[in-house]
Amino acid sequence: MLDMLLDILSWILLLGGALFLLTGAIGVLRFPDFYSRLHAVSVCDTLGAGMVLLGLMLQGGLTLVTVKLMLIFYFMVFSGPTAVHALAEAAQVSGLDPVEDDPEDG
Amino acid sequence: MQYLVDIVLLGLLMITGFAIVRMRSLLAVTMLTSIYSLFSALLFVVLDAVDVALTEAAIGAGISTILLLATVALTTEYEKVPGHRSLLPLLVVTLTGAALIYGTLDMPHYGDPNAPVHRHVAPEYIEDTPEEVGVPNVVTSVLASYRGYDTLGEVTVIFTAGVGVLALLGVHLRKRTEQPHDYKMLVVLRVIAKLLFPLILLFALYVLFHGDYGPGGGFQAGVIFATGFVLYALTHGLGNAERVIPPALLGVLAAAGVLLYAAVGIEGMLLGGKFLEYNVLADDPVSGQHLGILLIETGVGITVAAVILIIYFGFVSRRPGGADAQDPS
Amino acid sequence: MSTLLGHYNYWIVIVLMMTGFYTVIARPNLVKKIIGLFIFQTSVFILFISMAKVEGGTAPIIEEGYSLYSNPLPHVLILTAIVVGLATTALGLALVVRIQEAYGTTNEDDIHIQDETD
Repeated sequence: MLDMLLDILSWILLLGGALFLLTGAIGVLRFPDFYSRLHAVSVCDTLGAGMVLLGLMLQGGLTLVTVKLMLIFYFMVFSGPTAVHALAEAAQVSGLDPVEDDPEDG
Repeated sequence: MQYLVDIVLLGLLMITGFAIVRMRSLLAVTMLTSIYSLFSALLFVVLDAVDVALTEAAIGAGISTILLLATVALTTEYEKVPGHRSLLPLLVVTLTGAALIYGTLDMPHYGDPNAPVHRHVAPEYIEDTPEEVGVPNVVTSVLASYRGYDTLGEVTVIFTAGVGVLALLGVHLRKRTEQPHDYKMLVVLRVIAKLLFPLILLFALYVLFHGDYGPGGGFQAGVIFATGFVLYALTHGLGNAERVIPPALLGVLAAAGVLLYAAVGIEGMLLGGKFLEYNVLADDPVSGQHLGILLIETGVGITVAAVILIIYFGFVSRRPGGADAQDPS
Repeated sequence: MSTLLGHYNYWIVIVLMMTGFYTVIARPNLVKKIIGLFIFQTSVFILFISMAKVEGGTAPIIEEGYSLYSNPLPHVLILTAIVVGLATTALGLALVVRIQEAYGTTNEDDIHIQDETD
């Protein structure tokens, strides 16, 4: 019973993670400006990857594989947002300005 | 079902390849090349080649991208429109492709267990490895023990490439501890780099010593080790990086790795066996094999890490305009 | 039909190889040519590794309970090839940097013009 529950939970996490990654990809294609695209990628990718890793951890059970997956999760949490920060900083230093709303529109 | 993953990955590879041909901005092409390497690493995992996937991801998506970026920074960023028409190359390429496809019609089916390539030497390696070498990873046992002589040649090739880049580019030492001009703004990157740097080096050592039991080995470990130092150099400036690991030491280390490898071979001869025979290195043959594999993988890792760092320093410390150009800062 | 299923891997790899080959001969920029060589190399690796795959097998790491392994010999050869490929790419790029300093350009047509007028 507990096995099936863990299985279903891990499947929900895996599919949810895939959905978030897909949303991030659609955001990269559809957003109008570099900074908003970067924002879509950073949030959705880290969350999606984290959920996929959690789902895999539940599938792995209490073995060495789960410990390795946890280490990968910590590494992704560190490196993902840092990479996006580096990109945003580089863009700002090069002079790319964010597209701002036209103040006359509602 | 697994054919679907195969087809999707190969399709993505084709799209990336076509995009690389068509794009003219060289920075975009560099990033697409990195993505191409990453897709092929994924494809290697699907095709059960886990060691190869690790190596391709580390080298193709890691080091090659950095070298390409350094080259693009030193040369032009845009490709000019080709002057001549591209009909003749297209014809040549189509004819060659057709000839090759005609040639593959004789090849065995994909995944066939009775193909000739699985018949002669490979089953012997898989069967004999547990008794003769005692190492679960068959790729490591073949690379380091059964085909150890080839690997010696490979390490020498890498060493030669390092020497070649040194001869072509040289490494210009910075006179003082130069900060990059945007040092103050890189606070987040510097902190994270300092946090991750020892972990990356530790992971490289783990990959080196765990190569007997899982995917890994000397080459991957050397590349990951060098990547840690490259991260440090990117965020803390070249002057600091050259103080942390002086390029003169790198030259010595590169040679020391090859020397270690050859010394293990000669030690085998001195103890009564043949060149690169590990059975005589310890009291019983299997321990001797373990010891021999450990030593040569360490030698390989040292040389690969040192040479990659030599190449990196050679590219990055080159001032645009040549060896005699004035220091831009 | 069975030919298609048995060989599609090889055919797509040949398309990739020809893409790399075309980049080498038809694009004038030297860095692009080296990237074309890189694509060619990587597709050859995929060809070798797909020849090594055994249907129903697993990665060649000896483990209890598995009896069918993929062929480890091409894996070893391709491991060597990847590292040697890195060495040649690095040397090629170093040469491109020196060519840029000597001629001022990395475009093949401009280099020919400069050589002919010298």
